[in-house]
Amino acid sequence: MNLPRITARDVSVFYGSACAIDRVSIDVDQDRVLALIGPSGCGKSTFLRTLNRMNDTIAGARVQGTIRLDGEDIHAPAMDVVQLRARVGMVFQQPNPFPKSIYENVAYGARIHGLAEARADIDAIVERALRRTGLWDEVKDRLRDRGTTLSGGQQQRLCIARAIAVEPEVILMDEPCSALDPIATARIEELIGELRGRYAIVIVTHNMQQAARVSQRTALFDAGRLIEHGDTSDIFTNPREARTRDYITGRYG
Amino acid sequence: MADATRPPDWHGQALARRLRRRYAAERRFRRLTTAAVIGALGFLLFLLASIVAQGWRGFTETRVAVPIDLAAARLPVDRAQLGGRAADLALAGAGLEGVVDRAADRLGPDLLSPGAWLRVRDAVKRDPSLLARAATFDLPAADPIDRAWKGDGSPAAEAVASRLAPRLSTGLAIRFLTGSDATDPGRAGIWGALKGSLLTMAVTLALAFPVGTLAALYLEEFAPRNRWTDLIEVSINNLAAVPSIIFGLLGLAIFIGTLGLPRSAPLVGGLTLALMTMPVIVIAGRAAIRSVPASVREAALGIGASPVQLVVHHVLPLALPGILTGTVLGTARALGETAPLLLIGMRAFVAAPPRGLTDPATVLPVQIFLWSDQVSGGFVERTSAAIIVLLALLLAITGAAVALRNRWEARR
Repeated sequence: MNLPRITARDVSVFYGSACAIDRVSIDVDQDRVLALIGPSGCGKSTFLRTLNRMNDTIAGARVQGTIRLDGEDIHAPAMDVVQLRARVGMVFQQPNPFPKSIYENVAYGARIHGLAEARADIDAIVERALRRTGLWDEVKDRLRDRGTTLSGGQQQRLCIARAIAVEPEVILMDEPCSALDPIATARIEELIGELRGRYAIVIVTHNMQQAARVSQRTALFDAGRLIEHGDTSDIFTNPREARTRDYITGRYG
Repeated sequence: MADATRPPDWHGQALARRLRRRYAAERRFRRLTTAAVIGALGFLLFLLASIVAQGWRGFTETRVAVPIDLAAARLPVDRAQLGGRAADLALAGAGLEGVVDRAADRLGPDLLSPGAWLRVRDAVKRDPSLLARAATFDLPAADPIDRAWKGDGSPAAEAVASRLAPRLSTGLAIRFLTGSDATDPGRAGIWGALKGSLLTMAVTLALAFPVGTLAALYLEEFAPRNRWTDLIEVSINNLAAVPSIIFGLLGLAIFIGTLGLPRSAPLVGGLTLALMTMPVIVIAGRAAIRSVPASVREAALGIGASPVQLVVHHVLPLALPGILTGTVLGTARALGETAPLLLIGMRAFVAAPPRGLTDPATVLPVQIFLWSDQVSGGFVERTSAAIIVLLALLLAITGAAVALRNRWEARR
């Protein structure tokens, strides 16, 4: 099924009077990973952060247009932004585990959203999230250690485990591998493949090969505009726009 | 001038000269930094040494061995009374003070410190058999003798002291640690002022720490950015720089004038000092809150923490060590503060330790100020000793705060 989980229509984002995103319309499917690519400063990260309203925290940021999550307008007054961010989880560029234990990192979301009260239930949530990210066997004997004692790649998987522990509907990843070495990157990419289908995934990346490897759909941004989007195979083999061709062949950007 | 078109000389003499110059400059700078530290340490050591050299004698008292024959005095005291609560009264009524004075007068006039006979009373209470025999008691000497024995007396007193030398000894002045202010330096103690300081600081901390922390959190995390919050910010920054005596006037006007709280009370002193400490805590707290990494904030918001959850679960624990540091600095300053307390009446002569927050009291720095003003020479060493007590209290508070902070950081 290629049901759209998120539909963005004519979305524009302004920082003060500067327009960072200009009338972008795109869907996020349940089963197909969407990769956002484009040169630095093109607005792809801004667009990503609009999807769970992380831009709300930036003073002077303003959004126009509509974004619907399963048909609900995420900017509607009735939408609780905290609930929205639980449903649309996020993984950041730099691994940013809390300065708490590995266990607490994963359990935190479940605790604050009241998903589980009993100790055993939280234990189960933590174990499931860590197993799903392939971390369980690596950390099961040191759950009390701080999350920051893990390696960079493990920290990033811990952050993914933290995000999926609350069973979000969508996961947004903002260049999740840019701070990692190639081996850790390969592990994360593999993990994205495993998580695909269970969660709708949007990933921002600077790495063309990564976009080609992990995504089924790709969107190219430039200067705040959506230049082209479609099936990843089409974008990389048969782009319609000259600028897309230039960008993916490395002639520009 | 160097020829810009020529490539730089990375070998040979020119290079060696450049390196030598850099090494010399760096060596000079490092020596300057070391000299600064050594200079500061030197001043600190000099200060400590001079205070300790003066002050340690304040913790000691000179005692005269006075032979007293209580059996011969035939005090009309019922042995049965000595165990009970009436013992003090019974011994006083029987004229024990006169017996002790007469015994001392046989050695010389005005030898004993006022109240010295109380030592005999307490000894008799502990051991009633003393009433039936002659014994020798070590009793605190009068102030002139005390100072002469410590090498700082008048010629007349020196003569008396050298005559009595075999009978004189030095002991720990318990009275100094357990007593309150007195007109006689030998009976003056520090406990009243120490307790006043502790009560005052308790009020200050109980008010300034929570209010300062919450205000810092509001300003950093929740306040909208507008003209009002800018105004608040400027006011708080200026408040931290206001001379402390102004806070004394404020405390006098608000707490005593308007609210009608009692004068000279630790409650009012604590409230006044809290006003003074709060801006310091707010400023330090804001800096600590601002230094919480943005990545932690994003992580918490990204998982769906509400702004309040973000603050309570993440920002506050990470900022607390910094807030504690600010609190310790503010409290240390408040602990050494004299001027505002003079204005709210904490400079009164208070001869009993305060029993509560509303009892008349004084605090250590004010006590030091008052004693340093006394003409009687015995107060000089009491003043130094009081300074030592104040410094010790300061070190204890700072040490406790550092220990608390380290424990907190280890737990995180």
